[in-house]
Amino acid sequence: MTETFSIRKYLRDLKLPFCPGCGIFTIMNTFLRAVHELGYEDLSEFVFCSGIGCSSWICSPYFKADSIHTPHGRSIPVATGMKLFHPDRDVVIFGGDGDIVGIGLSHFIHAARRNLDALVIMVNNMVYGMTGGQVAPTTPFKTKTTTTPYGSFEQPLDATRLAAAAGACYSTRWTTAHPKELKESIKKAIQMKGFRFIEVVSQCPTAYARRAGFKNAGEMLKWFKENATPIQQAEKMNEKEIEGKIVIGEFAERRRPTIVENIYAVIREAQMNDR
Amino acid sequence: MRIAQPNTYFWQGNEACVEGAIASGCRFFAGYPITPASEISEHMAKRLPRISGIAIQMEDELASIGAIIGASWAGAKAMTATSGPGFSLMQEFIGYAFMTETPCVIVNVQRTGPSTGQATKCGQGDVMQSRWGTHGDYSAIVLSPNSVQEMFTLTVRAFNLAEKYRTPVILLSDETITHMREQITVPPLDTVKIINRKKPRAGETAFFGLEVIPPMPAVDEGFNVAVTGSTHDEYGIRFTADPVVHKKLVERLNNKIRNHTEEISDFEHYNIENCQIGIISYGCTSRAVHEAVEKAEAKGVKTGYIRLKTIWPFPEKTVRKLAEKADKIIVPELNLGQICYEVERASKGLAKIIPLNKIGGGELITPEELLAKILKEAEKND
Repeated sequence: MTETFSIRKYLRDLKLPFCPGCGIFTIMNTFLRAVHELGYEDLSEFVFCSGIGCSSWICSPYFKADSIHTPHGRSIPVATGMKLFHPDRDVVIFGGDGDIVGIGLSHFIHAARRNLDALVIMVNNMVYGMTGGQVAPTTPFKTKTTTTPYGSFEQPLDATRLAAAAGACYSTRWTTAHPKELKESIKKAIQMKGFRFIEVVSQCPTAYARRAGFKNAGEMLKWFKENATPIQQAEKMNEKEIEGKIVIGEFAERRRPTIVENIYAVIREAQMNDR
Repeated sequence: MRIAQPNTYFWQGNEACVEGAIASGCRFFAGYPITPASEISEHMAKRLPRISGIAIQMEDELASIGAIIGASWAGAKAMTATSGPGFSLMQEFIGYAFMTETPCVIVNVQRTGPSTGQATKCGQGDVMQSRWGTHGDYSAIVLSPNSVQEMFTLTVRAFNLAEKYRTPVILLSDETITHMREQITVPPLDTVKIINRKKPRAGETAFFGLEVIPPMPAVDEGFNVAVTGSTHDEYGIRFTADPVVHKKLVERLNNKIRNHTEEISDFEHYNIENCQIGIISYGCTSRAVHEAVEKAEAKGVKTGYIRLKTIWPFPEKTVRKLAEKADKIIVPELNLGQICYEVERASKGLAKIIPLNKIGGGELITPEELLAKILKEAEKND
């Protein structure tokens, strides 16, 4: 049975700005429930970082915590400087697909490569929602958006697979129709070290759903449920069978030295020679 | 060597910059390789780990300045260094640092632009960019060293101004000043004035207003600070449409620099009360001035000069004082004319402004060229 609790203890007393039916509510709730279940009474162990876009507002300024809301796509570099200089806090980054793997893609790959000690939660609504529904690097092929009125003519990016390939210690994808699995992944990721990536495919009823052929948020959730394919199953499917599916599950889980561990080892070595 | 001991050294300008930063308490550096600033990264990488500091090479200049801003919010005195192309990329975050009142130092070792231009050659083409490079209403503090010694002392001053005013400070140097080697004296560290940011007292919640220069917590101090580059109130809460909140914030940010122009301004001057020809110069170009003025005076031309050690905010009053006395003001620059227009604006028609420009190949304006210009302008009756 799920314990009831109020997320208010983690929030500033402000009105949330998100549209009715937005997937962000589920993700915000799920994250805070995970934090609650891990026994954190407040968010003082964390520092939050985000860029520009709807999902970057999840933590800033609504979480009662230290939060840095950076320029578009630049949450990861700011988090890098912060984490390296002050490694004691757990860094959690929230961002959208445009923020993390559009304009900020280079930082994302490099953070995975250098194994930055941070958890990145990417809300993938497959569109630039805040600016009114333009095509994103994650928009499914042939989808209509405001800047692809005849359908998108590019293939979308698989951010979770990319993170896994670039060296992330944890890389996983769920949808807002999988809150239980998402919560367990968040709990697991918070307790791990190194670069951890969680992609959540999410519904944007305002800027995506209608143009892409969905009536409302509910229809999108139904679509997520029907098309979500566990990675174990997906690996046995051919290219044609996998088309249009949302592959969910854990793509990578490994332990390797993090940048914080490595850089402080270098500092110790450099000073050893001084003695 | 942990911190440079008081002594005389024979250093390169980029090296002096690093030692000045370290003396100021800089313990975080992030950069991306670029000529002619790479020696700063290299020297930082060697020096910082030995004093428990962090030096890291990021994936580009955007990430470099982003990292120093993050480190600054973690409590560090932090710096990055670049040249024109990288400086262009950093403009986004310079505006962010200004808007979020993040103290940090950005070194721009100028080379010849636009674009890749002549990567190894000296130039002074980024003067206006350093003032107006980022979008929106913005005020900059920009320092201009003209010797290896000043690469040390003005780096210290850059950190002090950044900490005092809680704003990004740009050290606008150039290839000549940073690549040459000169004798430099490092003073005893207890004689070097170091300013640290004002910290909040327990229970304080307004880190973005109420006071002209508000106190700044670090992210680990339990203040629950909300930092944003969006328009925000005194408590860091975003207001994306309210005209009053925006006006109040952005006017304060600009005024905290503009209203302290006298205090921030630093310049060297000679004979400005009694000269026919005035010269206003900065950086590498100013190194030709002393000899040219000496020779002009030997030929009977009353000559004076102002040498800008801070370019922005621009010392209008002092320039006007010179314009009141001098008939003509020569402005030598390694660009096609940038600060000369600011001089023209400040002198309000009281003196004729004569630009002396040179670009390309890193060739400097020589004392002879400047002297010839002084003599020619002194003779001409216009």
